[in-house]
Amino acid sequence: MPEAPFLRVPEHARTYRYDAVDREFLAQRIAEFRGQVRRRLAGELTEDEFKPLRLMNGLYLQLHAYMLRVAIPYGVLNSAQLRQLAYIARRWDRGWGHFTTRQNIQFNWTRLVDVPEMLEALAAVDMHAIQTSGNCIRNTTTDEFAGASPDEVADPRVYAEILRQWSSLHPEFTWLPRKFKIAVRGAEDDRIASRTHDVAVQLKRDPAGAVGFTIHVGGGMGRTPILGVPLFDFVPEAEFLRVMEAILRVYNALGQRENIYRARIKILVRDLGRDGFLALVQDELARMPVEPYRLAPEVVQAIRAHFAPPPFAAAEAVALPADPAFAAWVRHNTRPHRQPGYASAVISLKPVGGIPGDATAEQMEALAELADRHGFGELRVSHTQNLVLPHVRRDELHALWQGLRAAGLATANFGQGTDIIACPGLDYCALANARSIPISQQISERVDALDRAHALGELQIKISGCINACGHHHVGHIGILGVDKHGAEAYQITLGGAPGNDAAIGELIGPSFGYDAVAGAVETILRTHIAHRQPGERFLDTYRRIGQAPFKEALYAVA
Amino acid sequence: MPLLEDGRLVADHWASVADGPLPEGAVIVPPARLAEAAPRNAPLGVSIGNDVQVDTLAPWLPRLALVQVTLPKSKDGRAFSQIRALREYHGFRGEIRVAGHVIPDHYAMLLRCGASTVVVPEGSDPAVWRAARRVVSIAYQHAQSAEQPLALLRRRVA
Ligand code: SF4
Repeated sequence: MPEAPFLRVPEHARTYRYDAVDREFLAQRIAEFRGQVRRRLAGELTEDEFKPLRLMNGLYLQLHAYMLRVAIPYGVLNSAQLRQLAYIARRWDRGWGHFTTRQNIQFNWTRLVDVPEMLEALAAVDMHAIQTSGNCIRNTTTDEFAGASPDEVADPRVYAEILRQWSSLHPEFTWLPRKFKIAVRGAEDDRIASRTHDVAVQLKRDPAGAVGFTIHVGGGMGRTPILGVPLFDFVPEAEFLRVMEAILRVYNALGQRENIYRARIKILVRDLGRDGFLALVQDELARMPVEPYRLAPEVVQAIRAHFAPPPFAAAEAVALPADPAFAAWVRHNTRPHRQPGYASAVISLKPVGGIPGDATAEQMEALAELADRHGFGELRVSHTQNLVLPHVRRDELHALWQGLRAAGLATANFGQGTDIIACPGLDYCALANARSIPISQQISERVDALDRAHALGELQIKISGCINACGHHHVGHIGILGVDKHGAEAYQITLGGAPGNDAAIGELIGPSFGYDAVAGAVETILRTHIAHRQPGERFLDTYRRIGQAPFKEALYAVA
Repeated sequence: MPLLEDGRLVADHWASVADGPLPEGAVIVPPARLAEAAPRNAPLGVSIGNDVQVDTLAPWLPRLALVQVTLPKSKDGRAFSQIRALREYHGFRGEIRVAGHVIPDHYAMLLRCGASTVVVPEGSDPAVWRAARRVVSIAYQHAQSAEQPLALLRRRVA
């Protein structure tokens, strides 16, 4: 295994730093899984018994091989960790990794015998695969611009880390009816698709400046897409974990277990109604002792210290070079920063015609290098399957961009039509009805051509290979769902979905399209938008203004 | 079936009686037979399904020396909440016994929720259960078992 200085952690990268206790926990956890693998191989555990255990350690059985999903807690990582991921990709996989919509990374070609060693390589950089799958509380996701964005009320990483710790091997909530996903954001602007989560937490401040939480519950995608409903308006900080406990208690006791499609908390909340569910949560809260579950300010403060601002330089405002390709990248792929003279830079993992979210070991290493040089060695993974350097001096953006270009990572399309979210689909996933990746590649090329001619602006296309909706198609402006039609791959198209503050579930436009027709259908939809749009209108705006009819007509009019 | 307590196999002094006449001595009965069994001058236990809200046992708890919960499948975790609720909400101090499809990997968590004993399959090696229980000695959240607090959210459990 590679040793320091290869793994030297950059001093100012703000990841949660493990201490001896956290490392001991992780080492024990790996030993436990090593034992479970051994017992499985020795026949002491049946596959039925082993399955939930391997899933809790991030190990899936896919179509061709095991897949190991590694947790990147709330999408925050440092350059040493990224280098180690590159090393793992090269040593035990096929030289690349796939970043997911849960801000994790997965390795698609894993051998069972290698897993304990891979986990040890991860532990060397304080990483793990715990609870990245299975019916437990999963990796909490948060805003990729946390700690950088000017509109942030409070830092969501602090509370995401608290949730990570609290939910690790939780004795009561490790055998839930179904997986459980929590998202935390610190800004009003919802950049993390909050309402598609089982629980969504938004940080607020009361008039005195104290932090509290607005909580939504019962969102989810899948066969029955539902947007989360407001449960609490302002939970004081000290009550954070008590409220989480109470919600999970109600769910663990009453969530459906017989039917996998009815097992998420969204169904329980829908069936009980928001008020009915709230009454049960309040009943738990009334009975729970206060003190053992109190989130003490000292704990919050100690964890907040891990996320202190890095030592920003007093940078001057600069004029950026006029190179049009660079200017386009700055326009699309940088975001304002709270620190004058800085910006957040998005590294698109969506090259036109490429595989969304994939990065090669060489690219990861190049990025680690660029992060060290231009961004305190800190990176983020976004739920849109891109990477972010959160803190870059504006006067270094051009140098960064040149470095990205050399690594094939300078695609200027963040939030644009070619920034497609796609799940792995039938190329990897055992549950898939249809391929997602090649569809995404075809669409990306068509959209790119249209965009060059017509400047489409912000556009979110999302593709799932089956109704489990890992590609979030329900909340795509254009959503594409792979279905099985008499044994052939077919694709349903929904329009008008959105993940953010204007969250909506897309509406089915009509009968499905075959594998060869779906990219053309997307082009038809966009051409219809171009024909009808008013100045400055995005596809979503046009669709919401003029409705389904013109799109239907363009798609299905008998020739 | 063998009974595991504190990592060791122990003798089981209880008789489980679903239907038929009640024998002498300590019996575990279904909730429907509590009224019938309670007046006897012998230790009383109840066996509940995992869809039972433990609040419904409240009137009986002072009389009960044992509550048995069940995992119908190893991945069905409702019993964990039942156990915790018995300890935390009802202050139940008697034995909490876990039956059904329990595997060693549940053991540490069951104990942290407040379980006392586990009905294990015939031929089980208690060493495997002891090992599974001790393998992770640090926890990050409050639970019902005695634990030594460490810094922040952490505590030492084993
Ligand atoms: S949406 Fe379906 S096909 Fe795609 S990754 Fe999820 S389960 Fe697999």
